[in-house]
Amino acid sequence: MASLNLLLSVSLAYVALLFLVAFAAERAALRGRVGWLRSPLVYTLSLSIYCTAWTFYGAVGYAARSGLEYLTIYLGPSLAMIGWLWAVRKMVRIGRSQKITSVADLISSRYGKSTRLAVFVTIMAVVGTTPYIALQLQSVTLSFAAFAAMDPATTLPGGSSTALWVAAGLAFFTVLFGTRNLDANERHHGVVMAIAVEAVVKLCALVAVGVFVIWGLGGGLSETLARIDASPIGRWEMVNGRWAGLIFLSAAAFLCLPRMFQVLVVENEDERHLQTATWAFPAYLMVMSLFVVPIAVMGLDLLPEGSNPDLFVLTLPLHDGRTGLAMLSFIGGFSSATSMVIVASIALSTMVSNHIVMPIWLRVTGGGAVVSGDVRHVVMLARRVSIVGVVLLGYIYYRVSGGGEALAAIGLISFSGVAQFLPALVGGIFWRGATRNGAMTGLIVGSAIWTWCLFLPGFGDGVVIPVHVLEAGPFGLGWLRPEALFGIEGIDPLVHGALWSLFFNTLSFVIVSLMGFPTPVERLQGAQFVNVYQYSESPGRGAAGPVQTEDLLMMSQRILGPAQAQALFLREARAQGLASYLPDPTPGFLQALERELAGSVGAATAHAMVGQLTGGAVVSVEDLMAVADETAQIMEYSSQLEAKSQELTRTARQLRAANDKLTQLSLQKDAFLSQISHELRTPMTSIRAFSEILRDTDGLGTEQRLKYASIIHDEAVRLTRLLDDLLDLSVLENGQISLNLQEGRLSALIDHAISATGGAADRLRIRRNRVAETLLLTTDLDRLGQVFINLIANAAKYCDAERPELSIHVRQRGGTLIVDFIDNGTGIETDQQAVIFEKFARVGEQKAGGAGLGLAICREIMQRLGGTIGYLPGQGGAAFRVTMPLARAMAAQ
Amino acid sequence: MSKNVLVIEDEPNIIEAIGFILSRDGWRVATHSNGEDAVEAVRSRMPDLVILDVMLPGRSGYDILRDLRGAEATAGMPVLMLTARGQNRDREMAEAAGASRFMTKPFSNSEVLAAVNQLIGA
Repeated sequence: MASLNLLLSVSLAYVALLFLVAFAAERAALRGRVGWLRSPLVYTLSLSIYCTAWTFYGAVGYAARSGLEYLTIYLGPSLAMIGWLWAVRKMVRIGRSQKITSVADLISSRYGKSTRLAVFVTIMAVVGTTPYIALQLQSVTLSFAAFAAMDPATTLPGGSSTALWVAAGLAFFTVLFGTRNLDANERHHGVVMAIAVEAVVKLCALVAVGVFVIWGLGGGLSETLARIDASPIGRWEMVNGRWAGLIFLSAAAFLCLPRMFQVLVVENEDERHLQTATWAFPAYLMVMSLFVVPIAVMGLDLLPEGSNPDLFVLTLPLHDGRTGLAMLSFIGGFSSATSMVIVASIALSTMVSNHIVMPIWLRVTGGGAVVSGDVRHVVMLARRVSIVGVVLLGYIYYRVSGGGEALAAIGLISFSGVAQFLPALVGGIFWRGATRNGAMTGLIVGSAIWTWCLFLPGFGDGVVIPVHVLEAGPFGLGWLRPEALFGIEGIDPLVHGALWSLFFNTLSFVIVSLMGFPTPVERLQGAQFVNVYQYSESPGRGAAGPVQTEDLLMMSQRILGPAQAQALFLREARAQGLASYLPDPTPGFLQALERELAGSVGAATAHAMVGQLTGGAVVSVEDLMAVADETAQIMEYSSQLEAKSQELTRTARQLRAANDKLTQLSLQKDAFLSQISHELRTPMTSIRAFSEILRDTDGLGTEQRLKYASIIHDEAVRLTRLLDDLLDLSVLENGQISLNLQEGRLSALIDHAISATGGAADRLRIRRNRVAETLLLTTDLDRLGQVFINLIANAAKYCDAERPELSIHVRQRGGTLIVDFIDNGTGIETDQQAVIFEKFARVGEQKAGGAGLGLAICREIMQRLGGTIGYLPGQGGAAFRVTMPLARAMAAQ
Repeated sequence: MSKNVLVIEDEPNIIEAIGFILSRDGWRVATHSNGEDAVEAVRSRMPDLVILDVMLPGRSGYDILRDLRGAEATAGMPVLMLTARGQNRDREMAEAAGASRFMTKPFSNSEVLAAVNQLIGA
């Protein structure tokens, strides 16, 4: 009889061997000797964590209970690996190009880095995996107990304490090798290697037991086959619905299970390994399933009634006294259990720490601007705590569930739980229209139905859901019965739950996706995921080397300028003891280079550029967003500069214009002074000349003297008027005039103007319409009168008709008072119409008395009064139009 | 010997004054008050002396003077320029145009007489 102590020693030795293997693999990886670590064989073997203790022990139990149905659990992944290779390959490619760390990360990344999705998926994964971990602990405990039962010399230690020790050991191993380094790719060479070894061990163990059962116990192949034929297990009793459902479920779980995702996608070293795995993994599964039926049949035949069929693999050799074989079998089961727990807890801890612990920690510490070294430490701690937490959770579940009966059922419930990820996952990588809301809704609906129909009832009848609810539905609502939704009965409960949950999951996912629009980030991510083959390079990119450094140098030269870039590279090369311009691309150097480049192009851009050249990593959307932010900032800065320069240009233009205006004003002033000089000197010349004549000439006749004296007088008057006009104009132009607002009738004003022109108006016949003139005005009547006087006097003075006439038309048009003064002379020529309002502008021959300021003054006055005065062409004679806003006039009415 | 003078001026009172002064001194005074055809007037009359105002309707006195100096017959004719704009710039322009003498309005009658007599070398 095998002593328990021997078993313990063998187990410990085996564990020590695993430690050694893992340690050696880590060392080899560190030294860069990864050649054989990266072989497709290791990859395929690592996939075998699909075969857990549930498969190792449970498949036999399954076969003993349900016949060949256990095959579905192997058929699913095999079909998935072969038939869904396109999907698997795409997932692997996406995982590599997007640096995906877990299934939660994949889903959340695809849907615009949604934290809520990640948290939800993580929680679902933990819920789905915890019973599974409990199952592993239970299997180890049970197998240990089976051994102990055979060894009467030893008292059986409590099952729970065995489980606790196993859990603690597994946690320790996982923490040690699962969180050794914080690789961005999340690859764990040691762990993968250990798992590969365990895969070989469990296969060997099962094959050995199988061979022993067929040839040792069964007495040869044909005899065993005969026994199988006799047994009810061997009958090909296919229940089509259940079989199809189970195959689909296990295929879905193969893709969605966190631990499968971990080895399939995250730990994948080379996409080409998939090709090997496509045939090798199904082959492995086939060998694993080969001996299940013989063992089950023999167990049922040979072992006493009531023996646990889940332990036939172990108890058959024990029963026959083959302690060595039993020990091998125990180690095989132990391997299956441990490898599953290790990988599952790594996968879950990655999810928990990345999507739950770290966000919370960052929020609590007011993260954001945290030093990178600091975060590394925290991430590491979070991983370790999460691993211990996940294993502990499994242990607690095991304790609480009391190591319940057929744990195999739990396995399938777990499968259908994680299978809820499938619509969001597959939809995400093949359908660009899939949205975050769709994924979230699908997941929530699917998991709610799963919880109601499978998870809660799975605790046992009446444990969580009362029996009456199971039978009659909640609140008597029969159509909500967990095992017969919508009153559809007669379906296997598992298929029923999986079918409905996945159906509604997919339905709501598609409908909500179709109803909404993806956000920009989602759209970008969707494109990167769905079209991953276009966005990422082909796999198997060359290792770091001088070529890469040359690329880096070329890029840096463009950004930093050749001299500075070369100096930087040379300095680094010297520091590394190299005699060339090209240093090795060590992480330190890359960091320094990135910092240097960041100064020129911004941190995100620098990171993306260096990453692109060295890691071959595809630039993620977050990188792109950060680059876009930087670019926007730079663009804003440059547009600010541009705006400033435009402003300067504008100011310069304004200054030039002002200067031009000043120059022009100065010229105008010169011209004006010159004009004034002329206007003043001309009458003065006459006055002086004639006064000298009067003074110096003797014998002038009376008449002549009188004439000359009156010339002097007239010229003196003209001079005075000129001075008056000049003063008036100066006052008006300087805006110093204060308007003297009065109310008066327009007709009276025109009367006054006509009489003020006195004699001049006598030779002029004036036509008026007095009715139109009966209009009250409130304005500076004196000033307006001055304008009218000027216009009437001008007409009197310049109208060259034989019988001069002046028509004064008064009209109102749209709130404007219009007064036209039109005479019947020849008018003013077109080219002169523009200048008549300028100072000293005189038209035609000079007639004594005019200084040429009258119309200029009129224009100034009308401007002060808020109106205009202008020449009206095409009226037959000279025509002037005076306009004024009537608002003032109306207000007075 | 009779002295012929052509007064090209647009201000009637000034024409009257100059005419009075010069005729008292024994000049035969002709007047012209338009700038446009002033050059033809000079050519047809060929006076001994021209008194030319700068600001004339139609054409500037400077332009007229430049034309006179450009033509052979009138190139050496004495021209007294009168201007009501007494700035230095006007004097320079007059000299540049070839004025024999430049006087600013208002002028002293005796000065005008002295100037015209000096110009014809009497």
